[in-house]
Amino acid sequence: MSKLYSGAEIVFKCLEDQDVEFIFGYPGGAVLPIYDELKNHSSIKHILVRHEQGAGHAAEGYARSSGKPGVVLVTSGPGATNVVTALTDAYMDSVPLVCISGQVPTHLIGTDAFQECDTTGITRPCTKHNWLVKDIKELSKTLHEAFRVATTGRPGPVLVDIPKDIQFAKIKYMKPKKEKKSNGKLHSNFSQEEINELVDLIAKAKKPVVYTGGGVINSGPEASESLREFVRMIGFPITSTLQGLGAFPGDDNQFIGMLGMHGTYEANNAMHDCDLLINIGARFDDRITGKIDEFSPKSKKVHIDIDPSSINKIIKVDLAIVGDVNEVLKAAVKTISQKKNGFKNSNKQNVSKWWEKIEKWREKDSLGFINSKESIKPQHAVQRLYELTKNQDTFITTEVGQHQMWAAQHYKFNKPNRWMTSGGLGTMGYGLPAAVGVQIAHPDKLVIDIAGEASVLMTMQEMSTAVQYNLPIKIFVLNNQYMGMVRQWQELLHEKNYSESYSEALPDFVKLAEAYGCKGIKADNPDELDLKIKEMLDHKGPVIFDCRVDPNENCFPMIPSGKPHNQMILGPNDKEDNKITGKGKALV
Amino acid sequence: MSNPKSAYNIPTKKSKSGTHIIVVWVDNEAGVLARVVGLFSGRGYNIESLAVAEVDATKNISRITIVTTGTPQVIDQIKLQLKKLVPVHKVADFKREDKNVIFKEMALLKVVGNRSKIDKCLKACKTFNPVILDKTKKSVVIQITALRREIDKMNKKLKSNGLVSTSRTGAIAMTRGSEIFK
Repeated sequence: MSKLYSGAEIVFKCLEDQDVEFIFGYPGGAVLPIYDELKNHSSIKHILVRHEQGAGHAAEGYARSSGKPGVVLVTSGPGATNVVTALTDAYMDSVPLVCISGQVPTHLIGTDAFQECDTTGITRPCTKHNWLVKDIKELSKTLHEAFRVATTGRPGPVLVDIPKDIQFAKIKYMKPKKEKKSNGKLHSNFSQEEINELVDLIAKAKKPVVYTGGGVINSGPEASESLREFVRMIGFPITSTLQGLGAFPGDDNQFIGMLGMHGTYEANNAMHDCDLLINIGARFDDRITGKIDEFSPKSKKVHIDIDPSSINKIIKVDLAIVGDVNEVLKAAVKTISQKKNGFKNSNKQNVSKWWEKIEKWREKDSLGFINSKESIKPQHAVQRLYELTKNQDTFITTEVGQHQMWAAQHYKFNKPNRWMTSGGLGTMGYGLPAAVGVQIAHPDKLVIDIAGEASVLMTMQEMSTAVQYNLPIKIFVLNNQYMGMVRQWQELLHEKNYSESYSEALPDFVKLAEAYGCKGIKADNPDELDLKIKEMLDHKGPVIFDCRVDPNENCFPMIPSGKPHNQMILGPNDKEDNKITGKGKALV
Repeated sequence: MSNPKSAYNIPTKKSKSGTHIIVVWVDNEAGVLARVVGLFSGRGYNIESLAVAEVDATKNISRITIVTTGTPQVIDQIKLQLKKLVPVHKVADFKREDKNVIFKEMALLKVVGNRSKIDKCLKACKTFNPVILDKTKKSVVIQITALRREIDKMNKKLKSNGLVSTSRTGAIAMTRGSEIFK
């Protein structure tokens, strides 16, 4: 007869069989049996965070940078509700997370017991699926299923709620079943006809653009390789969403920058004027499309996505290919290579005029800014950070706001999984705990959180985690003493009524760093910036870098409210823009 | 509504809405109805009526029939989003006007009144397969099966003849002929 295991032991046996190495969690009454069992499983390391939201974001950072699912362990009630923000964030950005939450014993469910909440009810809209395990017999099956759901198809978070009495109950353990075809939830059944149609469209296109997104990253590092091969073969310009950065090298000439609300002039104009739009693993988010009625009006649109519900959700497309990005791209590359008579070359001829136009747009230098000798410009700070770190394999996380957009615009990524940011949900406070998770996955790599002073204070407590596990994360705070993006919108859209967006009573970040037991560095002069950044990079432990930047800087270019791609506001360098700032304000 | 200060897109074109009947086969497990209904409310879809019951006790399959209205794009999204739910097996979509599909609703009508009023009601119900489920000297409970608008009509019409209480189900649907939806 096989051995009987307690529910808590089964949790760990499942985690071991799923090759889990790290759990991000916080103990509490309803998960004590699981925490009690932790000591018996040396292959699994628990990372103690300081708030459950931090556990969720750290697991996201871990998952995005490693490609493996992140595992979160929290207690019932407040433990579960605190993790909701991170689950929603992971759901919006398709990050695979498995969250295990404790629950009050089954006989107390529904009695308003201490630290009870309807966890599966609360997390139902922010997970791919969730389970309340009411029977010990279901436990191992459910946990294996949870990993399968989180990691297959379009990835996302799942939650397994385990009542305390189930953690104590005993039963036999069941190994995960070998890959079984799942209930129609995997969608990689595109046809060769669709690929042929795509290749035909590519061959005919005169003004094409490739628009890639986080789906390429989620499809694995191989997908980025396939994308590079595909795009170099067809010679088309390529733009990327915020989440897709790094799939194609940011310093490559074919890359025309990020698109969307704060995208480059050339990328957005190319989107507007193109005759063929190939969307690879992106979802036509509203920060990308601008005004939908005038979105890329002259183009044939192709959409490659693993999630059928993304197709035609926002933008109607002419050709939809439902499948894993890597497989679709490999099939496309194969088909193009098989075509005779140097199709590739003739096609490059076709698009040479288009490239000339793009180069004209490029000359606008829409990411340009007026640098200063007196104060540090935030864009300059990001550029210097990039220049001083580009020679090593660097992982960047961000919070949410102006600094996030400047990081996306001025930091160039050459590899996938190096850029972790909260795009869909836009969660301030994401970057610091995410950096913790990234550093856990890559202990020897440089991990920097490009932060804003307002965002970083939302999850500042996780510095304690970084110090505890000796994680040398660098928190590079672009401190402009404002919730910068809020201030920018108030300046442009609300008659400069800076309602509540000034960061009053900020802490002294250097002293704060010292209080946490790490290093604090402050820079407020452009002359000392490089030296201070080097000091940060040379320091072996965690650092909070207080980079005092110009508080009045705005993030440009910007597509204003309800405008199509070709009506952007450019930065102060642009003369035409100065005309817009007078009368055009009414348009904004 | 146009709000010039919003950065969200405000659509200017609107396509026509239609009424559809969505049939969903799901695992009959705890919370499955909440998942389906929550998807509708969470994404702002409309539910006009809902009928749900287990139809296969050995396989634990329930059949949910939802009447909804939406533009073709919204109806497509409803189907695709439903298919993404883990306990959902298959999703069928029928247009309200589809002649190859039978739609039925059931209603229980309680009429209180004298003989002649009750007789009038029974007569009015004649075309809707009336069944008398309960009868006393002053009252009757009638079961009818009909289309929704027919029940709507009866509901109005019988008010003056002593209809005091109506209980009705949501619509259920089935295709005509030997074909079944796969």
